[in-house]
Amino acid sequence: MAALASVGETSLEAPATRGPQGMQRSRRRRLNAFRYVVFTLFGLFIVLPLLALARFSLEGSKLGTWSVAAWKQIVSYPGLASGVELTLELAVITSVVTLVLLLPTMIWIKLRVQWISRTFEFLCLLPLTIPAIALVVGLGPVYNRIQHYSLSALQLFWVYVILALPYAYRALSSGLDALDAVTLAEAARSLGASWFTVMFRVIAPNMRQAILNAVLLTGALVLGEFTIAYLLLFNTLQPTLYSISRNTPNAGVVFSTSLASLLFAFALLIIVSYAGRRRRRG
Amino acid sequence: MRSPYRFTLVGVAALALLAAGCSSSSNSGSGGGTNWSTVSSASAGGGMSKLIAAAKKEGQLNVIALPPTWANYGNIIKTFSTKYGIKVNSALPDGTSQQEVDTIKQKNGTAAAPDVVDVGVSVALANTSLFTPYKVSTWSAIPAAQKNSTGLWYNDYGGYMAVGYSSKFGTITSLSQLLGPKFKNAVALNGNPTAANAALNGVMMANLAEGGSASDISKGVNFFHELKAKGNFSPVSATGATIKSGSTPVVFNWDYLNLPSYVGVSNWKVFIPSNAVLGGYYAQAINKSAPHPAAARLWEEFLYSQATDGGQNLWLQGGARPVEQVAMSSNGSIDKAAAAKLPAVSGSPVFLSQGQATGAATYLATNWAKAVG
Amino acid sequence: MSVAATTEAGARPSRAGRQPHLPAWLGTVPFFAYVGVFLLWPTGILVVNAFKNPSGSWNFGGVSTLWGPVVRSYFIGSFKLCLISAVAGAVFGALVAYAVASGKPDGAVRRFALAGSGVLAQFGGVTLAFAFQALIGPAGLLFHASWYYNFPWGIGLIYIYFQVPLMVLVFLPAIDGLKAQWREASESLGSSTWQYWRYVGGPLLAPAFFGAALLLFANALSAFATIEAWENQIAYTVPQEISTSLSSEVGLANVNAADLLAFGMIVMVAVVMTGYALLQRRAARWLR
Repeated sequence: MAALASVGETSLEAPATRGPQGMQRSRRRRLNAFRYVVFTLFGLFIVLPLLALARFSLEGSKLGTWSVAAWKQIVSYPGLASGVELTLELAVITSVVTLVLLLPTMIWIKLRVQWISRTFEFLCLLPLTIPAIALVVGLGPVYNRIQHYSLSALQLFWVYVILALPYAYRALSSGLDALDAVTLAEAARSLGASWFTVMFRVIAPNMRQAILNAVLLTGALVLGEFTIAYLLLFNTLQPTLYSISRNTPNAGVVFSTSLASLLFAFALLIIVSYAGRRRRRG
Repeated sequence: MRSPYRFTLVGVAALALLAAGCSSSSNSGSGGGTNWSTVSSASAGGGMSKLIAAAKKEGQLNVIALPPTWANYGNIIKTFSTKYGIKVNSALPDGTSQQEVDTIKQKNGTAAAPDVVDVGVSVALANTSLFTPYKVSTWSAIPAAQKNSTGLWYNDYGGYMAVGYSSKFGTITSLSQLLGPKFKNAVALNGNPTAANAALNGVMMANLAEGGSASDISKGVNFFHELKAKGNFSPVSATGATIKSGSTPVVFNWDYLNLPSYVGVSNWKVFIPSNAVLGGYYAQAINKSAPHPAAARLWEEFLYSQATDGGQNLWLQGGARPVEQVAMSSNGSIDKAAAAKLPAVSGSPVFLSQGQATGAATYLATNWAKAVG
Repeated sequence: MSVAATTEAGARPSRAGRQPHLPAWLGTVPFFAYVGVFLLWPTGILVVNAFKNPSGSWNFGGVSTLWGPVVRSYFIGSFKLCLISAVAGAVFGALVAYAVASGKPDGAVRRFALAGSGVLAQFGGVTLAFAFQALIGPAGLLFHASWYYNFPWGIGLIYIYFQVPLMVLVFLPAIDGLKAQWREASESLGSSTWQYWRYVGGPLLAPAFFGAALLLFANALSAFATIEAWENQIAYTVPQEISTSLSSEVGLANVNAADLLAFGMIVMVAVVMTGYALLQRRAARWLR
C-alpha cells in the first residue's frame, strides 16, 4: 500500500545502485532470502495438517487403503447439502447486514462524531471477550422471542453480525485510516455534495479493498462458526459436520467436507481479491 | 444518481431481513378436540386409536440428544416415523441430559421445544417441574423402583459399564492389565466425569473393581491417576473416527455403546469385571409444554410397547437392556436372539443411589483435574 | 480554489436545501441499538446471573469462589495457553506479515497469503484438532509427539495455527504504513538494517504489534470448540469449565457458577482490551 509511494523522494547522496523499490541490491538479496525461508517454513506448517486431513478424507474402510467415498458422500449425506446451503445463505446475509451496519456508521463517526470513536471501537471488540458458550446463555431469551416469529436457522444472522464485528471493524478501519477522509469530505462538501454522497460516492469507493476484506472475513467466520449454532439447535454446516463425526464410522466425510469448505472459501477469497484490484493512479 | 445507491443499499438490507424472516415459520399442530397436553394415559384420552389420530394430525415430533447409533435410536426413530407417518425432528444429537432440560427451558413456547427427553435419572429427579405425568399402557410391566409413582419419569433402557477394546490386545480379564506397557496412550473414558454420566460411571466402575465402595470414588480416581502416570491414559473423546484410526483402542463406556456395530470396528471386544457390575438406566419424560403433546404420548407408547417392532425390543437389538425385560421374558414377547447376545455378567449388579452419585460428582469436581491433568 | 477556501468544512451550501438540524450522533443510533439488543443485553443477563442464586435471589458471596484453588487453576490454565499462543502467534505472524508486505503489492504471493490468512484465521474446532491428531497424535502420520496431549503444548501448537493468520491480517496494514521514505532517510544517514529496526521501524511498529498480540490473546481466551475437540475428559481452561457448569448431567450443573466464570473472563479480557485500545491509539498516530 503506502509503502511504495516514494518514487519522487530518493536521496541524492546514496551512491549505491537501487532496485525497483529503492533499496540496495545486497539488502534486497538478504530480504529475499528471509522471505524464502519464512514462506517455506510457514508454508509447511500450514500445509502439513491439511495434507493429513486430505489423507484421512481419502481413507478407505480399512486403514491404509484409498477411496474417494468420503468426497462422493458430500452430496449424498442426509442433511449435509442443506447445511451447506443454509450456511452459504447465512454468510451472504451476515456479510450484507454487517456492511450495512458498520460502513455508514464508521464513516459517519470518522467525519462527524469523532468523540464516540473510542466507545465504538470498544463495542466492536467486545464480542471477542465473551466465550460463545456463555453468550448463548444470554442469547437464550433473545432467540426465544425470535423463534416465536420464525424458526429458520437464517435467524442466526442477528448474532453472527455481532461475532463478525471485531474482524470487519479491523478490516474496514485499516482501509478508512489509509484515506484522508476528513479532507476528502471537506472537498466534496465544498463542491455541494450532501452527506450521503460524501459517504457513498466519495469515501466508500476508495475503500473497496477494505470492504471486500471485511465481507470475506465475515463469510469465513460464518462458514466456520460452530458453538452458537450447535447450542441453539440450528443445523448449519459445522454442527452437521460434528454430528457426522460422532455418528458414522466413515469419519472421512468430516475431513472431506472441511477441506472442501476450506478450498471453496479460499478460492472465493482469491477471486474477490482480483476483483478488488486498485487501479494505478495516473 | 444518488437515489439508486441509497435505495439499493436499503433494498438489499431489507431483502436480507425478509429472506431470513420469511422462511419456514413455526407450525403449531392443534390437537383437535381433546387437549392432549394434560392427558395422563391413553385410556383417559379416549383410547389408542384416538391418540394415534391426534398424533398424526400434529404430524411432527421433536426429540433431542438421540444419536442414531446410541442403543439403536436411528432405527427406532425410523420405525416410528414410518409406522405412524410422523416426521421426527432430531436435534442436538450429542447433547447431554442437562442440555436437554436446558433446551426445554430456552425454547419454551416455541415450536422447536423438545417434546420428550431421554435423560439420566439425576437430571430427571432435579427437573420434575418441567414434566407432565403420563402412564403408558404397559405401565405395570415397569418395576416399581424404576419409575416415578405419578408418572413424571420412568426408566427406559440401561446397561452395564464395560471396557471395550480392540482385539489386538488379546483378551482382557482384569482392569489391572490396563496398567501394562502395551496400553500406552490407549485408555479413554467417554467424556469428562464431572460432566458426563457415562464417564462418571466409568470411573465408578474402576473404583468398584479396585475394591472401592459406591459411596467413595477415590480408588477409581487413583486408578486413573496411575493410568496417567504410566502414560496409558488418553484424554481424547472416543468417537468412531478415533477408534478406527487407532487413537483410542480402549474405551470405558456402557456395554450397549461398546458394540462392534456402534463402534464401527469389527475386531472389538467387551469386558465387564465380575466384581464391578455397575448398572445405569436412563429415563423418559414428556415436556409439560410440549408443542406436539399427542405425538409425544404416542412416542412413549411406542417405546414401551412389547411388540416385536416396538421400542423395547428395538432397544434390545441395540444391545441395551429394556426396562420391561423381566416382564417380557416371562410373557414371551422378548426377542430371544437379541437377548442372548447381551454380554454375560457374573456377580450382582450395583446401581448408584442419588446420594452416591452426587457424592461421587462432588469428589470428582475437586480431585479429577488434579489426578489426571 | 477560492470557493473552497471560503467555505467552512461542514457548512451546508445553499444547494442542499433546508434540512432540519439534527445532532450528528443520531446517525450512530442504528448501530448502538443493534449492539444493544444483541450484545449488551445478553451480556447484561450473564453479569446479573453471575450474582444470583439458582433460586433467583442476590448472592455476592460467589465471587470468593473465583479465588479458590480449583477455579484459579482454570484461569491460570487459560492464561498460560493464551499467552503462549499469543506470543508465538504474534512473533511468527509478524515475520510472515513482513515477508508478505515486502513483496509486490499486486503480486500473487500477497493475494494468496491474504486469502489463506482470511480462511485459516477462522479455521478451528473439530477439524483442526483432527488434523493435528492425524499428523502428530498417537497414531500420527508424521510422527507421534509425546507432548501432544500435554497441556498447554499440544493445544498451544494447534492455537498457533489460527493465531498466525489472524496476526498477519491485523498487522499487515501497520507494516504497509511504514513509509519507504523513512527507510531511505535512515539509510542516507548511514544506518544499518539492525539500527533501522532498533531505532526507527521497531518503535513505530511496537504499539501495533503489542496491540495485535493483545487481540490474539483475547481471541484465544474465549476459544472453546478447538480445545474441546483436542480432548474433553479434563477441564484445563475456563471455557471448558463453563461448559461443564452449564451442561453437566451428574448434578454439577450450575448456571450461576458458569455465568460467574464468564464474568471473570469478561473482567480479565476487559483489562486486556483496555491495554490494547490504548496501544492502538498510539499506533494510529504514527501511521498517518
